[in-house]
Amino acid sequence: MARVSLPTAVSLQRTVAVARKELLHILRDPMTLFFSLFIPIMEMFMLGYAIDTNVRHVRTVVLDQAKTQQSRILLESFVNSEDFRIVREVQTPWELSQAIVAGEARVGIQVPEDYSRRLDANQTAQILVLVDGTESSIAAAAVNISNAIALRESLKQLMAQRLSETLPVEARPRILFNPDTRSANFFIPGLLVVMCQMMAVMLTANAIVREKENGTLEQLFMTPVRAGELMLGKLAPYLVLTFVEFCVITFLMRTAFQVPIHGRFLTLSLIMLPFVLTMLGLGLYISTRASTRDASMQMSMGTVIPSIFLSGYVFPIDSMPPFFYFVAHFVPTTWMIDAARGVILRGAGWAELQTHALVLWGMACGVLLASMLKFRKRLT
Amino acid sequence: MSSPAQAANGEPVINVRDAVIRFGPVVAVDGVSLHVRRGEVFGLLGPNGSGKTTLIRGLCGLVELTQGTVRVLGYDVQRDAERIRANIGYMSQKFSLYEDLTSQENLDFYTGIYGLTVQQGRDRQAQLIEQTGLAPYLDRRAGRLSGGWKQRLALACALLHEPQLVFLDEPTAGIDPVARRDLWDLLFRLAALGITLFVTTHYMDEAERCARVGYIYLGKLLAQGTPAELKHLPGVNIPGTRWLEIFCTDSAELLERLRARPGVRQATIFGQSVHALVDADRSNAALGLEGLEVRQGEPTLEDVFVTLSRAQQKE
Ligand SMILES: Nc1ncnc2c1ncn2[C@@H]1O[C@H](COP(=O)(O)OP(=O)(O)OP(=O)(O)O)[C@@H](O)[C@H]1O
Ligand SMILES: [Mg+2]
Repeated sequence: MARVSLPTAVSLQRTVAVARKELLHILRDPMTLFFSLFIPIMEMFMLGYAIDTNVRHVRTVVLDQAKTQQSRILLESFVNSEDFRIVREVQTPWELSQAIVAGEARVGIQVPEDYSRRLDANQTAQILVLVDGTESSIAAAAVNISNAIALRESLKQLMAQRLSETLPVEARPRILFNPDTRSANFFIPGLLVVMCQMMAVMLTANAIVREKENGTLEQLFMTPVRAGELMLGKLAPYLVLTFVEFCVITFLMRTAFQVPIHGRFLTLSLIMLPFVLTMLGLGLYISTRASTRDASMQMSMGTVIPSIFLSGYVFPIDSMPPFFYFVAHFVPTTWMIDAARGVILRGAGWAELQTHALVLWGMACGVLLASMLKFRKRLT
Repeated sequence: MSSPAQAANGEPVINVRDAVIRFGPVVAVDGVSLHVRRGEVFGLLGPNGSGKTTLIRGLCGLVELTQGTVRVLGYDVQRDAERIRANIGYMSQKFSLYEDLTSQENLDFYTGIYGLTVQQGRDRQAQLIEQTGLAPYLDRRAGRLSGGWKQRLALACALLHEPQLVFLDEPTAGIDPVARRDLWDLLFRLAALGITLFVTTHYMDEAERCARVGYIYLGKLLAQGTPAELKHLPGVNIPGTRWLEIFCTDSAELLERLRARPGVRQATIFGQSVHALVDADRSNAALGLEGLEVRQGEPTLEDVFVTLSRAQQKE
């Protein structure tokens, strides 16, 4: 009886043969292995320590022309906030602005000579705060904080007049989930996702292009191996490698950066699976399209960069213009970063991650199917 | 596994009718018809870019036919490319095994890809290693093998699944004469086992050894037949002309001289001799060949190909 094999039937033996060969390629090329595992880790250390968007200890110069007790109390309140650090006292307004121009300080505070006089006379006393606008995040923070300090000083004055000790209203914001608002806690889960994405895409983007360039694909096409077997066999070793990378980065996140994982590691790993598959599939898709390794590298960078900016990794998606907010939802990274932050920072579990899992599995199946269909055993 | 080709119905192993393969404006294969019988060693010759590789790829279903029909091992290439692939071996023009893997690992990989069982694989590998003499090189990375051994390894990988038909695209390009002879000896042993070989080459001595030869020029198959048949083609042996083989010490000078003579239609250097096609009514003396060793020749295969190409150019 004739054995009819469906065109979609996958032979385990052939798939294993491909996977084993692919693994040998990885092992035979220790440089690539080294760079693909350690570069992301180095990047993590560089970015993880450098990215601190919390504004603290901003270098500040002061010009106290009043030299009264009130002016000193005011300046102390700036220092006490821990937001400012006084690096120098200057004597003239020119020195004050010069210190900022020279980059010695980001903020200059000038308390005019008539500060106490005007306060005592119940007039508006002005202080001048010069802010270096070149670093927008510092500038914004400095303006907000100095406004807040001025407001509090004003209120204190008013209270003193009304002979009341307590402020009428006080907002006490309490930040949930990331109590000390460490930016590492916010950034590193995103970094984890982006690093795994880069690794998965870059590695597989080479997998088929390399065979095209070396002419080995032509030989392979002459064998009974099927597109699906070739794809699966090539995915398997890179899936393992990306998971190793994922575990290493997670471990470093926990130990070196002290980011606590509030949820379960298993949950995180499981939600990571469809995401990594999506990215491996994307890499394979690129690999089937590109005809040279350079082209595939460019194409994979072309997918990584938009997902860095559109995924909420750098810019929160809630503050994006509606169009980009809409587009962001089609980027797998957006879902994965949200899920990773959910598990790591908020302790989210399966109940909260159902949508994420559904979307990511959908994307994984879509991308893998597309690259399998795109892959024809034909030369172009 | 049996295929319709073995059903003794006399159908050629390869049967091509009016095949056209086009890449955009380039017509790489232009109306080729040919047939290759079972157990035959078929040689395909032609200058660079004439479409040899493309024709082979077309025969294996690796590039699409623009027109025409190709039947290989009794299967239609457009419909049953996978069946064909399971029964053919292919050695591409460029070495296309994994250079970072050892010979043994390359063999193992293809053993897995062709779906051989462990026992089958072991037996078949042992047999091929014996035939090709690869044993001392099994642990060497394929990329570090010399040209001749690379070709033997490639051949071994292409033969693992015991194909009935093997395509070899310039298997002897760039390897030394001894390795070349060894490889051909191996090919003839395969042919003796009933395996059909389709070989492309630029070497005339290899062409002479083939059972049948095809000559392709700018995508067109200008002739096919046994070497003897080709040498007696009417287009090559024009009535009123004869072929001469002239031996001399300074063949370059003789060539110049001959080409300037009236009555000399064509002259080409072959090592120490010059082959010339001259009008039959001119005597050797009239051609200025006194004192030289002159043989009445039949055209060599190279004469045949040069003549066919010239005639085609004139059209
Ligand atoms: N994929 C392709 N796309 C476009 N043109 C192609 C392609 N493959 C081959 N050609 C063209 O088809 C023609 C025949 O090429 P082919 O490689 O078949 O020649 P060949 O006889 O094998 O030459 P060689 O002796 O150099 O190996 C050439 O003009 C080549 O440029
Ligand atoms: Mg060629």
